[in-house]
Amino acid sequence: MEARFLLGFLLLLSLSSFAFAIYEDQVGLADWHKRYIGKVKHAVFHTQKTGRRRVVVSTEENAIASLDLRTGDILWRHVLGKNDAVDQIGLSLGKYVLTLSSQGSVLRAWNLPDGQMVWETDLQISNPSNSFLHVLGNVKSGRDSLSLVCNGGSIRAVSSIDGLVVWKKDLSVDGLKLKHVFQPPESDTIYAIGFIDSSLIALYHINAKTGELLKHATQASSVDLSSEISAISSDSLVALDTSRSNLLLIKFMAGTITNHKLPLSDIVQDFSGLAELIPTKSNDIFVVKTPSNVAFIKVKGDNEIELIGKADEAGIVSDSLILSEEEQAFAVVHHSNNAISFQVRINGREALTEGIKIEDHRGHVKRVFLNNYVRTDKSHGFRALIVMEDESLLLMQQGEVVWSREDGLASISDAVVAELPVEKEGGVSVVEVEHTLLEWLKGHMLKLKGTLMLSTPDDMAAIQAMHLKSTERNKMTRDHNGFRKLIIVLTQSGKVYALHTGDGRIVWAHLLTPLLQSESCPSPSVLTLRNWRVPHRKALQENPSILLVGRCGAGPESHGFLFIVDSYSGKVLETQILDHSIAEVVPLPLADSSEQKLHLVIDDKLNAHLYPRGSDALEVFVREMANMYYYKVENAKEVIKGYAFKKGCSTGSSAYCFGTRELWSVVFPSDSERIVATARRKINEVVHTQAKIMTNQDVMYKYISKNILFVATVSPKAAGGIGSAAPDEAWLVAYLIDTVTGRILHRVTHQGAQGPVHAVVSENWVVYHYFNLRAHRYEMTVIEIYDQSRADNKDVMKLVLGKHNLTAPITSYSRPEIATKSQSYFFTHSVKAIAVTTTARGITSKQILIGTIGDQVLALDKWYLDPRQTANPSQEEKEEGIIPLTDTLPIIPQSYVTHTRQVGDLRGIMSFPANLESTTHVFSYGIDLFYTRIAPSRTYDSLTDEFSYVLLLITVVVLIVAILVTWAMSQKKDLQEKWR
Amino acid sequence: MERSSALIGLIFLLISISCLINPISAAASGSGEGYSIAGRVKLDNFVTKGFGLGHSPKLSETKVILNGGQRTTFVRPDGYFSFHDVPAGTHLIEVSSISYLFSPVRVDISARNPGKIQAALTENRRALNELVLEPMKDEQYYEIREPFSMLSLVKSPMGLMIGFMVLVMFVFPKMMDGVDPEEMRQAQEQMREHGIPSISNLVAGRS
Repeated sequence: MEARFLLGFLLLLSLSSFAFAIYEDQVGLADWHKRYIGKVKHAVFHTQKTGRRRVVVSTEENAIASLDLRTGDILWRHVLGKNDAVDQIGLSLGKYVLTLSSQGSVLRAWNLPDGQMVWETDLQISNPSNSFLHVLGNVKSGRDSLSLVCNGGSIRAVSSIDGLVVWKKDLSVDGLKLKHVFQPPESDTIYAIGFIDSSLIALYHINAKTGELLKHATQASSVDLSSEISAISSDSLVALDTSRSNLLLIKFMAGTITNHKLPLSDIVQDFSGLAELIPTKSNDIFVVKTPSNVAFIKVKGDNEIELIGKADEAGIVSDSLILSEEEQAFAVVHHSNNAISFQVRINGREALTEGIKIEDHRGHVKRVFLNNYVRTDKSHGFRALIVMEDESLLLMQQGEVVWSREDGLASISDAVVAELPVEKEGGVSVVEVEHTLLEWLKGHMLKLKGTLMLSTPDDMAAIQAMHLKSTERNKMTRDHNGFRKLIIVLTQSGKVYALHTGDGRIVWAHLLTPLLQSESCPSPSVLTLRNWRVPHRKALQENPSILLVGRCGAGPESHGFLFIVDSYSGKVLETQILDHSIAEVVPLPLADSSEQKLHLVIDDKLNAHLYPRGSDALEVFVREMANMYYYKVENAKEVIKGYAFKKGCSTGSSAYCFGTRELWSVVFPSDSERIVATARRKINEVVHTQAKIMTNQDVMYKYISKNILFVATVSPKAAGGIGSAAPDEAWLVAYLIDTVTGRILHRVTHQGAQGPVHAVVSENWVVYHYFNLRAHRYEMTVIEIYDQSRADNKDVMKLVLGKHNLTAPITSYSRPEIATKSQSYFFTHSVKAIAVTTTARGITSKQILIGTIGDQVLALDKWYLDPRQTANPSQEEKEEGIIPLTDTLPIIPQSYVTHTRQVGDLRGIMSFPANLESTTHVFSYGIDLFYTRIAPSRTYDSLTDEFSYVLLLITVVVLIVAILVTWAMSQKKDLQEKWR
Repeated sequence: MERSSALIGLIFLLISISCLINPISAAASGSGEGYSIAGRVKLDNFVTKGFGLGHSPKLSETKVILNGGQRTTFVRPDGYFSFHDVPAGTHLIEVSSISYLFSPVRVDISARNPGKIQAALTENRRALNELVLEPMKDEQYYEIREPFSMLSLVKSPMGLMIGFMVLVMFVFPKMMDGVDPEEMRQAQEQMREHGIPSISNLVAGRS
């Protein structure tokens, strides 16, 4: 009774103070936050003499950002919505960044210095298509300037100051696609050129101030026009035909159009293949890129053109950069081995060639953006922003890489954890010890001052700096507490990075796909990564390694490949192109004699291929084969199927290939249910205790099975987003399915609920988040599963007499009676990702990690989601720490593990245990990365950093002094007694 | 806990008062099949921490999200935001801000009555006359360090140790003074005879 009371008391104590909360000066002690932008697709330089030099970029991850051109730091960044891809960016009035997004339907202006959105205009475009933005240079009504957005056959002129649509003109011609807008200098007329159904060329004269149509003309084209054009002067442009081998020179003087066909092979010798036009601005020069070279062509007089420059080997060509009235420059970049040659051509002539060494893990050059600056001797210097194959961004100037950003990390698709090497034994010199002791004492004196609130701001800064540069946490060796680990991540570009948990630095990085690129593997892409070998008793001497699995082409039937990579160094140990396809990789809880984990690769014909290939691995697998099961969720068909393995496969006779045999299937009625989410327990989760003691001394046994699969289905009408279904036609059904037998353990229907569903399964419970249409709020439901068949093991006599079934193996073959308890709560926010904390031994209470719509990660204690809660808990229940039932889950700001940071576009949360039972690592990723360590029940097994050793020392000293004083006093008193 | 709920209550009161003072219309205009939702995020009552003059840097980080991520928009310097081309139905608007906690808002766009928009906070089911979104509270992400006080020092384990020692040193002798000298002597003699009384002796003596 006492013990229980104490436990209750402790629980209450921990309830009253938040399980996770940090002081402001602890920021950065255990956590780090890295901000990225993603793969750059547009860049606009802003390099005026005054103010900061910056470059505004938009990325494939729908981010727009302003970067400092000196350092590459992010000055500001915004992440747009998922369906809001940026089409074009531009600068206006020298102080606003304009972004056209959502296929030309939304135009926004951002303040250049601080990134505040100034205005937003919905252009109300009826059929969004390819559209473009043209910032007019010199139509000024007052201080305003206009920006034109052309979409198909309509033009909208938007004021740059307030975003109001000044005029709009729908040319209402079927099939018209406007291609370009010209504005002759000092004129109020703009010329809009477009193609009608790729056979007619149309020209419109429009008053720039009112949008009035002044004149229009059309002319048939002599070739079929493709969509690529290049404007070469104020009255002519070049277009490419659909066969991509002929050019069409179009001139439109005084309202008439003339066009002239020019076969490319006449201009460029040895032309073959498909050509590409690089957008240019003026100067009668245009650039054609062919598969083998880049040609710079000048238009002379009437319909005559001349090749003025040629760069052999096709490289990546930048857009044109206008230097002066006469000159325009292009950058041509070639890549060879581990160097890139950067060439600037002014009017086709080679002006500058630089060779720059580059780390070979960056791959090929993908895009280049050119910018110039004026040197002190008035000559032009050039800098270029280069986007590499691994999505990293480099700024190059004067033959050097000024800065580089690893923006590939903005698109992490998978992550695993690996151990660091063991520290080597070695003597530590006495001087070092003395030095560190002194430092240690100094540090603690400072800390004591901090606690006593005696410290000056300087001291505070010193404490902070001391915390941050503590070398202990950044060592490249394994530590006793398991705080230092490697997080190995895979990005969309196929690059693998190893990040150190201490400060998030990149330990090694490798772009593996170029190693494979060959005839047999045309376009390799990495799908997933797994731990291949983890340090274990037998394999302590061998380096841990990682398995990477991918496929050679885009289709699901293309051949797979696998890499085995050393996780200390990133060295590739083994490369293999497989002779079968890859549908799924199933890690097995088995290992061969050299501690390599067994994996089954399931191909698209449902054959299972065993890896690693070795006789002992085969032996281990065959022995356990009868107990191995596999299930497959077929989202499109609304079916879940379970399989067993059998010897001999359908495609080959390899000993490592196994066939599958269908055991069961769960078919959901497709007219009333759609699978929207599935979740299962982590394979490596540790459960500490199976029993749960209730308030009335009763014992409940948790139903713990690794084969529980949570499946959520919604009604077809509710499969869309919120706002698309009425409460009456929406329902959500949650299933718990045993994946060995296909038995449905539990089924519950939530009427008036719909997705998106996010679920997490752990121990004997599942928590899922969905939207309740009736209350119009988000809800979270917890289901706990208990094993009823063991419920009568409470009798002590039975235990003594051995009449219990506690030692009976738990098996999915039997049909255990299970009981479920569940409870639902409202939850304020939308959820992007959900996970649960995992600790080394599973003793520490669990927290649910919720990635909210605000890109923060909230740690919610599991006891808030307890089905045993009642509105008025009894005294006993209170003692046990059961809190009264509330309808809403509390959101305490201090329990955000990300505190004031946001993980832009949050996509995943990962929790992995430290060696210390109380502590768990949390790694969350989106465009940004955030890592921290949390202790869900506080650090009960170690002293915190907050612990003041000096205070302890002082207490001990005071105690000793006091003992001495009292001893002396008692001696004196004794003496006096005796004299009396 | 109680204090915070009282605080929230106060904030609601403030919000409701400010709503009466600042009537801003929630605009709804039909364009094609969709409607527009326009509203305002208002932080006026919340400039507590002194973010400086002009638009606070926090406002530029404020996003407004429709239906859990279907669409995202940003807030203008004056706090206004809008969504266009939203179909009739019941929608959810959330405000994402690092500095403040906002209640999600349920927005009903009537299909029968084009242009009629009703809004209500989902957290407390309070209807909004205008779509003016105000924070429920500002977020304190950090535990506040309690200022140094004698009490906290005394409460710490070390403090308790010292306290107990002081008690033993000064209070016990005083208690001893209260004991009858005769009895004291007797006890001392007894102690001399039997040595220090052990626990087993005590137990035996009691039974």
